[in-house]
Amino acid sequence: MIQLSDYLTLSAILFAISVAGIIINRKNVITLLMCIELMLLAVNLNFIAFSYYLSDIQGQIFVFFILTVAAAEAAIGLAILVALFRARSSIEVESLSQLKG
Amino acid sequence: MSSLTFEQLLFYGFSGLLIMSALMVVLGKNSVKSVLFLVLCFVASAGLWLLLRAEFLAVALVLVYVGAVMVLFLFVVMMLDVNFATKKAGFTKVLPLALIIALAFLALMKQFFNAEVFNQLPSAVSASDNVNNVEQLGLLLYTDYFYPFEIAAVILLVAMVAAISLTFRGKRNRKSQNIDKQVKVTKAERLRIISFEKEVNKEPKA
Repeated sequence: MIQLSDYLTLSAILFAISVAGIIINRKNVITLLMCIELMLLAVNLNFIAFSYYLSDIQGQIFVFFILTVAAAEAAIGLAILVALFRARSSIEVESLSQLKG
Repeated sequence: MSSLTFEQLLFYGFSGLLIMSALMVVLGKNSVKSVLFLVLCFVASAGLWLLLRAEFLAVALVLVYVGAVMVLFLFVVMMLDVNFATKKAGFTKVLPLALIIALAFLALMKQFFNAEVFNQLPSAVSASDNVNNVEQLGLLLYTDYFYPFEIAAVILLVAMVAAISLTFRGKRNRKSQNIDKQVKVTKAERLRIISFEKEVNKEPKA
């Protein structure tokens, strides 16, 4: 029998991989966006596992909304990326120092 | 435990696939390959969601997420001519830091998973229960969560408008007020005085 903690461990491993990926690939914006998608996937897995083991369908509703917002975020992020690439012809994070923050 | 059950076999298979492809996403040198492995990640987790009886979300993940969002990613990655050589600069320098943070996070989470309460939850949905996941989800979504559902639709609309307006490059035929021009306008541009010949009423009215 698969326990809830198995699923939680799996999603924690996935989340840790994507955190490490954000640190490793901090030069490339596209890979950063992909790591964020992986993080959202890990969180969604947690929600669905709890929804199954507590037999409460509201967790799945939450995943539904997370998927919606993640799709919107990916669309806008990629649009910003395309606009950025047109303006600077580079998508490296270090070249984005125009705002002098 | 003598041998793996079918369910466990599926769980470990999909988990291994998920972790391997996530590692390939993070460590891959080529962005296009990273996106393709991300697709594999989504497919593997859709399999896991099927094991957890979230059929609708598993299908939606494959159809909507893999079919639309990941294809969008792939388009953008292929369209932008990224110099892949610069991607791995300073890779070995940050690898220990990344490993330390990831392992610290895992160790922290492991403290919570060892709690007994997680392993004593009965999985209330047994295999013989004939529940319709789509029906349950729809009943809740169109009653209790109706307003959030509508707001989600508006969010998608706003995202669409934002994405188009960010990347649109054609001429913008907007009708807008030009205040400078309005202030500088003179009488001669707008008013024209025409002299008429006076019309004489020749036939008197009957």
